[in-house]
Amino acid sequence: MTNHWNDIANSDCVFIIGGNPAENHPAAFGHITKAKERGGKLIVVDPRFSRSAAKADVYAPMRSGTDVAFIGGMIKYVIDDMLANPQNYNMVYLKEYTNASYLVNPAFKGPADLDGLFSGYDASKRSYDKSTWSYQVDDKGIPKKDMTLSDPNCVFQLLKKQYARYTADKVSETCGTPKDKFLEVCRAFADTGAPGKAGTILYAMGTTQHTNGSQVCSSYCVLQLLLANIGVCGGGVNAARGESNVQGATDHALLFHLLPGYLERPLNTDETLQKYLDRSTPKWTDPKSANWVQNLPKYLVSMLKAWYGDAATKDNEFGYQYLPKGSDNYSFISLFHAMYDGIIKGLMVWGMNPAVGGPNANMTRKALEKLDWLVSVDLWHTETGNFWKRPRVNPADIKTEVFALPAAASFEKEGSVTNSSRWAQWRYKGADAPGVAKPDLDIINDLMIRIKKLYDADAAAPNRDAITRLTWDYGTHADPHKVAREINGYDLATGKLMVSFAALKSDGTTSCGNWLFSGSYTEAGNMMARRDLDDSPFNVGLYSKWAWSWPVNRRIVYNRASVDPNGNPWDSEHPVIKWDAAGAKWLGDIADGGYPPMAADAGKYPFIMTAEGVARLFTAALPNGPLLAKGMADGTFPEHYEPWESPVKNPLSGTQNDPCIKLWAGEMDFKGDSDKYPIVCTTYRIVEHWQAGQMTRNLPWSVELMPEMFIELSEELAAEKGIANEDMVVVETARGKVTAKALVTKRFKPFRMNGKVIHEIGMPWHWGYIGLSTGDSANVLTPNIGDANTMIPEYKAFLCNVRKA
Amino acid sequence: MAEKAILFDPTKCTACRGCQVACKQWNELEAVPTVNLGSYENPPDLSPNTYIKMRFKELEYDKSLEWLFTRRSCMHCTNAACVEVCPTGALSHHPLGFIDYNEDLCSGCGYCSQFCPFQVPRMSGSSITGIRKASKCLFCADRVTNNLIPACVKTCPPHALQFGDQDQMLLLGRQRVKELKAKYPDAYLYGEDELGGLHVMYVLPHKPTVHGLPADPRLPASTTVWQGILQPAGYVLAGLTVLGLGLNYLVARANVKSHGKG
Repeated sequence: MTNHWNDIANSDCVFIIGGNPAENHPAAFGHITKAKERGGKLIVVDPRFSRSAAKADVYAPMRSGTDVAFIGGMIKYVIDDMLANPQNYNMVYLKEYTNASYLVNPAFKGPADLDGLFSGYDASKRSYDKSTWSYQVDDKGIPKKDMTLSDPNCVFQLLKKQYARYTADKVSETCGTPKDKFLEVCRAFADTGAPGKAGTILYAMGTTQHTNGSQVCSSYCVLQLLLANIGVCGGGVNAARGESNVQGATDHALLFHLLPGYLERPLNTDETLQKYLDRSTPKWTDPKSANWVQNLPKYLVSMLKAWYGDAATKDNEFGYQYLPKGSDNYSFISLFHAMYDGIIKGLMVWGMNPAVGGPNANMTRKALEKLDWLVSVDLWHTETGNFWKRPRVNPADIKTEVFALPAAASFEKEGSVTNSSRWAQWRYKGADAPGVAKPDLDIINDLMIRIKKLYDADAAAPNRDAITRLTWDYGTHADPHKVAREINGYDLATGKLMVSFAALKSDGTTSCGNWLFSGSYTEAGNMMARRDLDDSPFNVGLYSKWAWSWPVNRRIVYNRASVDPNGNPWDSEHPVIKWDAAGAKWLGDIADGGYPPMAADAGKYPFIMTAEGVARLFTAALPNGPLLAKGMADGTFPEHYEPWESPVKNPLSGTQNDPCIKLWAGEMDFKGDSDKYPIVCTTYRIVEHWQAGQMTRNLPWSVELMPEMFIELSEELAAEKGIANEDMVVVETARGKVTAKALVTKRFKPFRMNGKVIHEIGMPWHWGYIGLSTGDSANVLTPNIGDANTMIPEYKAFLCNVRKA
Repeated sequence: MAEKAILFDPTKCTACRGCQVACKQWNELEAVPTVNLGSYENPPDLSPNTYIKMRFKELEYDKSLEWLFTRRSCMHCTNAACVEVCPTGALSHHPLGFIDYNEDLCSGCGYCSQFCPFQVPRMSGSSITGIRKASKCLFCADRVTNNLIPACVKTCPPHALQFGDQDQMLLLGRQRVKELKAKYPDAYLYGEDELGGLHVMYVLPHKPTVHGLPADPRLPASTTVWQGILQPAGYVLAGLTVLGLGLNYLVARANVKSHGKG
């Protein structure tokens, strides 16, 4: 989240799209209720009328996978309205704080010119040469600007041109949303563009789990920047994270393509530390830009010092060569293809259940059969750990050796949990774990101690030093405080804990496991354990002394955009920060960088994390910096493409799918066409169950509430197919089929698009074959296809057919 | 001491059913085996193991859809049929306003279940011992008499349930109804006047019957007859029964003894 949970209550308009907090983040609804009590509106856009939709002031249905068309239409609405009524918008924010005025390379062409593509597309590589996705620069390398926003090559004009095609009629034809409902959403949310007003976008996996999911996120950013809603109280682009600590998991890089703190991973071509740093460190010549990420060398070297201690010296590049380097994709679909192909022989599954949660589950389960060994670390027996006795297989035919390690539950161990608000909150142990179950930290500690012994004993072990020289001094029973202090970092000269990442150095004199968390555990104590309800000075729900928020306890990121160039809040009733000219300091939240306001001589642009210093409406491909700075894989603006499996031809261009998605061609990769599978299908969670189900399908009270797998469909489709409520039905896709009970409901409605009727059905994905409550898994239906930028699977939109069982 | 009340606002309820689970957890009630009944509702009804359940209703009108969530549980009436008809005093008015229940005193007659205008109390029966007992929401008496709020209210994430002094809840309820009037002309505070005032009040956007609640709940006329005439007679009959059982025991004992001799 750019903002935080409590801040939702400050919003004048909460816009939920691609999420369903009433069911998946039930506690969040307390904050939404508060916003509504204060007069805020709630908009919900969703293919079905969810429990969140039941609370909405405005609900609009939208066919799964048409998010960019919907938001693109809203962007057009806002641009048109802004040109007609600029007094209703914060034009200073748009001109000064975004790249709207920046001039783009005249050779750049967009989807409006190239039938859905951007300039530089190479169909044979399914990727772009991004050389035209650049700014026009002056002789100092600083982008040229047109502050009147009228130059045809300025970002604002290109944006206007990009979305001119996204008319309300076109949106309705593409998304199946009634035009009046679409316009009602536009009007309600565009109202938050006025200075002093704020609207927030609250989203989750309904946004990201698409072949263009990253671009859907980008479309939210563009909309929110046009409305000056980033950085302010009650605004932001806010991802509701689906698990209590999934934010912490990504922060600490339980991801294949990053190092802790979202640092760039070393690629094969980064043969030396210097080469890595040269490639990954963004350079920018505009003196008004803080370009904070240029501090990367300090963070990377401090991380290496935390990992390798005295073994990390200037002479050995601080242990840089111990790090694995690679350009390959090791995301979920790739990993399971590698297992299926026999390349990966062993798998540790930790608090995860891919046999239920992964896409194309029939292939996922088959891939597990190819392993030599599998370790399942979990609270319960899972489908993954028991794949060898799943229905219709003979355990004797499966050679994989399987180990189950019982883990302690969250209340049976001590440590930090980082929530969607970026708050690291320290938890105390409430009870002992049952039997031989152990905290995850103890399990990994035990494992690593043994691995180190094995490597110590084997002089010929590959990349041996990377393991033997690793600092691993947490004790026989690992102390979570010791780990937390290592993450926070030390001044190695004094042995004192770091106060913040601002003092980290690249010369090896500081250590820090994760720069983002520097300041979370200082000489003053464990900041994450704080429980002070003081909300001073502005009483806007920051609660700055409750737990600790990364970075540097900042509660709302990009908060320098919440004030005018002189440091005065746009919204005097809900200030995030305010410049105290007399004291020459910021009041309120920790300001994004300590610089004075932008208008001052020493002032900086507000968006310190981009090289430009301003927010990007146009995602240029910059010449250096981390991969993300080099542009998105699939374009500079979000453009609508149909899901990989879609019942219609793309109404907005001749480019049917995201042109940069990786296509898989394994023997279990199947694509369905709309002749055989004319119905759109989506998957989701319900409040009564949790993720892949082990934690709730084994609890009698949860099972009582939602005892079995079910499939939701409209009354119209049920009538067409002769299906009655409670009938058993079969849903089939090109990958597999599930049988479950029909729940015929008014909450799904057929989409009427340009005279054509498209049905959509949906189902929860919680069930599997192990536990107190069992049932067919929705994921045997979902395809192995991922987002062009992140490879997250497209769980939310695919094609199926349905019949009575 | 001021009487207490729960205020339920279905316009804020997200039907997460945390209340159902919190109730079972606090009262240590077992899960009921269920199947999906073509809706999100479950268990199918109140029972000795279920004191609260949420009802779901899809309501379509004027081309728009609403999904109504209504709480089904004891309403803790001021004029309470169950108290009127209870022959043993197991059900009584607690000084805090709610209907207190002392299971030890319950004779299992089932009159409360029969006469409740909301069909709330349920009877449990053991086929082995033959002992029957009534069951219903206890207003978390053990919590509220110790300055804790009821478990259902405590858990409610969207603050659809509130708990406090009855007059305070009345004020909040009236205020909320006033706010809702603009969008819902039929908005109504259910429980302000019904049955002398309910200690569980509902802020209803629609007419009560739309939410599955009786428009005008009344004390059945027969309850007075019950309390005034039949019940005293019942005590006499019960006394005779005990006497009869005693005689029966003596006779049976004598029989056993004589068999023992043979």
